Amino acid sequence: MIEVKNVSKTYVTGAGSFDALKEVSFTILDGDFVAIMGPSGSGKSTLMHILGALDTPTSGTYVLNGKDVSTLSEDELADIRREHIGFVFQSFNLLPRASALRNVTLPLVYKRIPKEEREKIATIALRSAGLDDQYFHHLSNQLSGGQIQRVAIARALVNQPSLILADEPTGNLDTHTGQIVLETFRKLNREEKRTIILITHEHDVAKHADRIIFIRDGKIESDKPV
Amino acid sequence: MIISDLLEETFLALSSNKVRSGLTTLGIIIGISSVITMVSIGQGSQTSIQTSIQSIGANLIQVQPGSQRSFGGIATQRGSAKSLTTEDAQAIADEISVAQAVAPEVSSRYQVAAKGTNTNTSIVGTTSSYTEVRNVQVAEGSFITDQQQSSMAKVAVLGPTVSTDLFGEGVIPVGQTIRINGSQFTVIGVTVVKGGNSFSSQDDMIFIPLSTAQRYFSGDEYVTNISVQATSEKTVDQLETEITNLLLSRHTISDSASADFSLLNQADIIATASSVTETFTMLLAAVAGISLVVGGIGIMNMMLTSVTERTKEIGLRKAIGAKRQEIEQQFLVESVVLTLAGGIIGIALGLGISFVVSAIGIVNTSVSWSSVLLAFGVSATIGIVFGYYPARRAAGLNPIVALRYE
Repeated sequence: MIEVKNVSKTYVTGAGSFDALKEVSFTILDGDFVAIMGPSGSGKSTLMHILGALDTPTSGTYVLNGKDVSTLSEDELADIRREHIGFVFQSFNLLPRASALRNVTLPLVYKRIPKEEREKIATIALRSAGLDDQYFHHLSNQLSGGQIQRVAIARALVNQPSLILADEPTGNLDTHTGQIVLETFRKLNREEKRTIILITHEHDVAKHADRIIFIRDGKIESDKPV
Repeated sequence: MIISDLLEETFLALSSNKVRSGLTTLGIIIGISSVITMVSIGQGSQTSIQTSIQSIGANLIQVQPGSQRSFGGIATQRGSAKSLTTEDAQAIADEISVAQAVAPEVSSRYQVAAKGTNTNTSIVGTTSSYTEVRNVQVAEGSFITDQQQSSMAKVAVLGPTVSTDLFGEGVIPVGQTIRINGSQFTVIGVTVVKGGNSFSSQDDMIFIPLSTAQRYFSGDEYVTNISVQATSEKTVDQLETEITNLLLSRHTISDSASADFSLLNQADIIATASSVTETFTMLLAAVAGISLVVGGIGIMNMMLTSVTERTKEIGLRKAIGAKRQEIEQQFLVESVVLTLAGGIIGIALGLGISFVVSAIGIVNTSVSWSSVLLAFGVSATIGIVFGYYPARRAAGLNPIVALRYE
């Protein structure tokens, strides 16, 4: 369960300070599929960084599975990311000279799981993400955009995270492939009860979720089911 | 990250850019191999110089006429003063118990001719004890005898180089006649080859009886050098003192500062030569060391480029839970593996070059294992030192910024 309470984030620059998030509060239950939507500059990326334990709020609390993440140190945040969070990025961020399988096993390397077991777990994740077995040993630069994003989704799944954060996952894909990726998320949510947060600026993408939190100027403008 | 994973990551990262890794390693290879080669050349020279000084004879003190000078100083031209006589040499042999053997000599260069050939070489007038004192052995015929010394016989023992120059390779010239400065001498022996010792080759000499040399060439009683051998290594210093005292009293000089002779202790010569070659070795090692540092900077340069290129990868690794220390380790291991690989290849290459330099006879090299060990340690240290800053830089990247990096 995710509880965000009065979270604010202020960036102090030479030109002055800028409030990216202002007193944002919401709760997301396990198994929810939520879209966080907003135009660029609305603060949704900042919110994603805080939810993904990449950054901490200036004030307010963020409790993930009962643990307050908002005051942790850099290494403790790394632990949280490793154990609880799976990221899917707009630009995929796969290791270019490594196979699909190897890319998926990477989070398990940092979990110190032995190599053989890693590959078993990764194979399951790749199948869940819908990649055909024949592509498992292809290098990531030999795969199509849709296949790459499936590998990225499998990588996000592989450490059994409490939360999958997808940051504009369809941003670099054509409409058809994007559709397939979104259906994959839907399937993972429905069949495996994964908690998924989709960050996007497109309503067409956001409507695939069960609930849309709309952000503008660092505040929640609306929070309602689709 | 467990070690096997760390090594696998390192291997993948380094092999993904083989040319760059190879060229960077080459810097270390050149550095390490030149350190090993240079030190082996330096130490080899030191050993060969020491050996050749010792081949002149063991536990030796040379007494020479002329102005006094400090021990280990540079000798001026031999025989430039006339103050030592055959009697002085005899007195040393008779009166000093720790003098095992005494060989006085008169030496000068003359033109020497045989049938149709001639050469210019050093003519040494000496006595039978020369063989013992100066460690000279006769290959063919015999050396000068005491009887030939007392009868002023016109006989000559040739060094092997002179023998070859006058009579050709492989010819045994015993019984032949040569002319030294116009006088006719019979060859009675040839000495054994002592080997190349550029600064005082005993192979390029002709030995004749001392008395003959004094009578036909120098025309007086004086000698240019007296070689005295001590009974053992321990008595060398005692011998030195006793010779000084004896000669001072014989020459009726009260103040040792105004002595008309000087003593050269072989140990002092070795010490001086050693200190010269040590400096020479250090110089070579320092020059090679500079190339090693340049190689290290190459490593740092490559690692910094690599960190910049892989910024996004670092961002991703951090996003999936890699800690600062794990990123730092990964880059540090990469640079250490590079330098260690360079170190191992460099050591092999250095040993190979040293061997070749010896084998083709440029200089006798002697590889010291301490320099190999040092080179290995230095290469590992370079990996850590020059890899540390790039690794720190990678580890310190903010994941949000790194993920956005294009």
